[in-house]
Amino acid sequence: MSNLAVATGRVWRVAGPVVVARGLAGVRLANLVRVGEAGLPGEVIKLSGDEATIQVYEETTGIRAGEPVVDTGVPLQVELGPGLLGQIFDGTQRPLTVLAAEGDDPYGNPLIRRGVEVPALDRERIWAFSPSVAVGDRVLEGATLGTVAESVAIEHRILVPPGLGGTVTRVHRGDATVTEPVVWIDDDPVSMLQRWPVRQARPFARLLPPATPLVTGQRVIDVLFPVALGGAATIPGGFGTGKTVLETSLAKWAHVDVVVYVGCGERGNELTEVLEEFPELVDPRTGASLMSRTILIANTSNMPVAAREASIYTGITLAEYYRDQGYHVALMADSTSRWGEALREVSGRLEEMPAEEGYPAYLSTRLAEFYERAGAVQCLDGEREGSVTVVGAVSPAGGDFSEPITQNSLRLAGTFWALDTSLARRRHFPSINWTRSYTLYDLTGWFVEETAPDWEEHRDWALDLLQRESSLLEIVQLLGVDSLAPAQRALLVTGRMLRESFLQQSAFDEIDAYCPLDKQLAMLRVIHRADTAMVAAVERGVAPERLGVLPVLAGVGRMRSWLPDSVDELATDLANRIEKEIEAL
Amino acid sequence: MTRTLYTVEHRTVSDVSGLLLAAEHTQGVGYGDLVDVVAPNGSTRRGQVLEISGDRIIVQVLGGTRGLDTPSTVVLARAESATMPVGPDLVGRVLDGLGRPIDGGPPLLPVAYRDVNGQPINPVARAHPAEFIETGVSAIDGLNTLVRGQKLPIFSGAGLPGLELATHVAEKARVRGTDEDFVVVFAAIGATAREAAFVRSRFIESDALDRTVLFLNLAGDPTAERLLTPRSALTAAEYLAYDDGRHVLVILVDITSYCEALREVAAAREEVPGRRGYPGYMYTDLASLFERAGRIHGRSGSVTQLPILTMPDDDITHPIPDLAGYITEGQIVLSRDLDRRGVWPPIDVLPSLSRLMNAGIGEGRTRGDHRQIADQLYAFVARARELRGLVSIVGEAALTEADRRTLAFGDAFEVSFVGQGVERRTLEQTLDLAWSLLDGFPDEELSRVTPEMLGRFRSRAAEPD
Repeated sequence: MSNLAVATGRVWRVAGPVVVARGLAGVRLANLVRVGEAGLPGEVIKLSGDEATIQVYEETTGIRAGEPVVDTGVPLQVELGPGLLGQIFDGTQRPLTVLAAEGDDPYGNPLIRRGVEVPALDRERIWAFSPSVAVGDRVLEGATLGTVAESVAIEHRILVPPGLGGTVTRVHRGDATVTEPVVWIDDDPVSMLQRWPVRQARPFARLLPPATPLVTGQRVIDVLFPVALGGAATIPGGFGTGKTVLETSLAKWAHVDVVVYVGCGERGNELTEVLEEFPELVDPRTGASLMSRTILIANTSNMPVAAREASIYTGITLAEYYRDQGYHVALMADSTSRWGEALREVSGRLEEMPAEEGYPAYLSTRLAEFYERAGAVQCLDGEREGSVTVVGAVSPAGGDFSEPITQNSLRLAGTFWALDTSLARRRHFPSINWTRSYTLYDLTGWFVEETAPDWEEHRDWALDLLQRESSLLEIVQLLGVDSLAPAQRALLVTGRMLRESFLQQSAFDEIDAYCPLDKQLAMLRVIHRADTAMVAAVERGVAPERLGVLPVLAGVGRMRSWLPDSVDELATDLANRIEKEIEAL
Repeated sequence: MTRTLYTVEHRTVSDVSGLLLAAEHTQGVGYGDLVDVVAPNGSTRRGQVLEISGDRIIVQVLGGTRGLDTPSTVVLARAESATMPVGPDLVGRVLDGLGRPIDGGPPLLPVAYRDVNGQPINPVARAHPAEFIETGVSAIDGLNTLVRGQKLPIFSGAGLPGLELATHVAEKARVRGTDEDFVVVFAAIGATAREAAFVRSRFIESDALDRTVLFLNLAGDPTAERLLTPRSALTAAEYLAYDDGRHVLVILVDITSYCEALREVAAAREEVPGRRGYPGYMYTDLASLFERAGRIHGRSGSVTQLPILTMPDDDITHPIPDLAGYITEGQIVLSRDLDRRGVWPPIDVLPSLSRLMNAGIGEGRTRGDHRQIADQLYAFVARARELRGLVSIVGEAALTEADRRTLAFGDAFEVSFVGQGVERRTLEQTLDLAWSLLDGFPDEELSRVTPEMLGRFRSRAAEPD
């Protein structure tokens, strides 16, 4: 990896993913080292006298005391450049597709072997570089040197690396591999391949206020609890509440340019599903395959635990890199709990003093370092704007939200989507609980501007009605529905329509999986008009029980399968029929 | 596959306690290596290296430490990782937790030695599980479908028939459209004599042995061996699936005993305990078992897992079911209430789930109405459950006609759909039964079913006016 090797030590102690080496003179904290004869990558996490404690990113089985440990002289870093999109990497950015194709096995090697070193970016691949600077131009850090068509939708911008700047002295045009120089700044060659340490946030000019929503096509999110571009959302939920389905729905349909999906300590089959499904799906906004805007980082639950800890930083560094090119990026981390547990495991092996539930006391600091890398920014060159939105799933033990990872995430994220086990058991999906969830981003202005002025009115009405319904349902549980006044019983009819026909959304239905904003609004209008008509009818003395069984209301349940282009007529027609039938009672 | 190259004898044991032994002045011992521990009386037991600290090693003694001493006990290090012999002749054999035959039969003729810890499967090389397995159990086939390569645990409770259900499934499961049998790899981890006798009678004394590999670690066997038992079983399963092209169904019973053993070893090493004393890495450890289910591109076999765990005090939030549920692809939850009422199999469908169901069902795989009818049943069962709670407080009088209909459906569902007894139902029988349970409902109430499916599958004759 590097010929800057400055010191060689010897393995002294091995316990799980933690190795202690002696004799690594001058090694720096956070440096990448190669452990043992197999050359396993590891990171120095503690120095004490002559002893360097190393977390090893691969299985340590078989390592003996006395094996060599070599310092590489650089911290753990990722490779940046064209060719990242559409790829799947492990936690330390080894390309899994390349690993799978290696070996003399007729089907490649399906198992991940240890100590295999493969560069993240393809060194052979030729890219057509078209420069946007000329000899003699003065360039500053973050400026665009040229572009490469990385995918149909994404023009990859090669930037002046942070900290560099000067006069362009030579320019290459046309075919080049990532390692070949394309622009010379003050006679220093700059190639398309750049490196960045994963634990360091990439610089930008300034933070922008979050004012634009991340449109997701999920009704409960867009209408009730939207997250801002550059914001952060947390999704805690017990097992089986649909965290992963929700994360993949967002990865599929969110209005962003690039998606970085970090499968952190989760199931191998889920990543396989993404790998098989995404290339088949088309991004409705660009017409390109969804896979061509996606980068996958995979550390499945049986892959080495220390690499799990690194995977989240690898992911966010790649996200920041595309942000710096002026793109909107969404980072899905599923699940941050597994990352926290990796931290706990390593901390336990270091025999550190545990804080809450065995997690180290620095858990909240580390989580903050991750979440705070989200943001909408003005890029270094002062011209482009980009954003990284973080959506972190949390898997609380026993589904209990009082545990440390959930609580710390809540302090850091602006949007809270509380997944609810009892909703999930009733197969109400997405199982986002509307009384517990919240969003701190005020994005109503944008929606009013982009859709219609009545967006705000309907949203406020729906939020209010759902809150009132939930307190009424508590009374019904104790005293029965007869204890309610007629108007309250009518409210239950509307509440049920809202829950079953609006909030519920099938991630597996071809039409319903993605609901455009104008369809969301149309559906909401129908339910609101039906409610107004029912309230009027009850005031006239109509029994609420007669309202709930009106056959025309079955049409509300079928709104989800409306095709997007005919929504307005269908909605007006349905609402008219509902009003007519209710008036006829 | 490095086999025994050289042996170093260490007569340097300094500490012996519980499951562990420490030896000084060791050389050339690798982390995780297997060693032989020779007791003063000459008997040999196996051990595994848990920690290396300079020239000191800590060994977990698989055969237990009773009878060992410090001056004369010998540790034989052979630079050998924990491997197990595998070959097609594993089928039909009974083995101990380390993969050694205990049925009095001939020695195995191994074709390879495999690391019992396995290696993670590259997600790129995995094929997504999608082939429906017909178990013949309606509550599973209809609502929580199992597919090849899935890991679907049974969450049982003390006294509930988890083991019986798993063996029932193992006997009856078929991939549709084939007569192909599964090879069943059965790992009894800390099984009681009663459970072992049950397993023997179901597999060995029937004609099923010719498609079964049985790993037996009994409750009275050394604790540390329990940690290797499922790994040995999965190593055998992976060989049979990926090298021999067989479809393998792995039954691991009981994961709770496994986790207890894990906790015991962690406590012996004086590790910082996590929730309820279980080690913080229990998630990772369980994942290293469960993630060994799957299918691989270009290989014809598959490994499907049906682990069984006993929820302590029926508590689904206990760390063992909780962590398992986060790793596995769903769960089948057994209900004490149904069991008491004599419903068999006593599957509570509401907390049960199959995450891979969508991949395995639908037109061309099972039937076009499968997803919708399952959703509809779930909606009504959930509603019936709510109403049952309500009735116990305010009485039946408060119910509307529609509510009574739903309540009656709930009862019929439990008795006839779930409580099928030992009868084997085809998928068509399961789905048709589901439709007939919905006969009492008008079309408008079947909100999860599209008009198209209503037209195709609803039994028109039974519909009220």
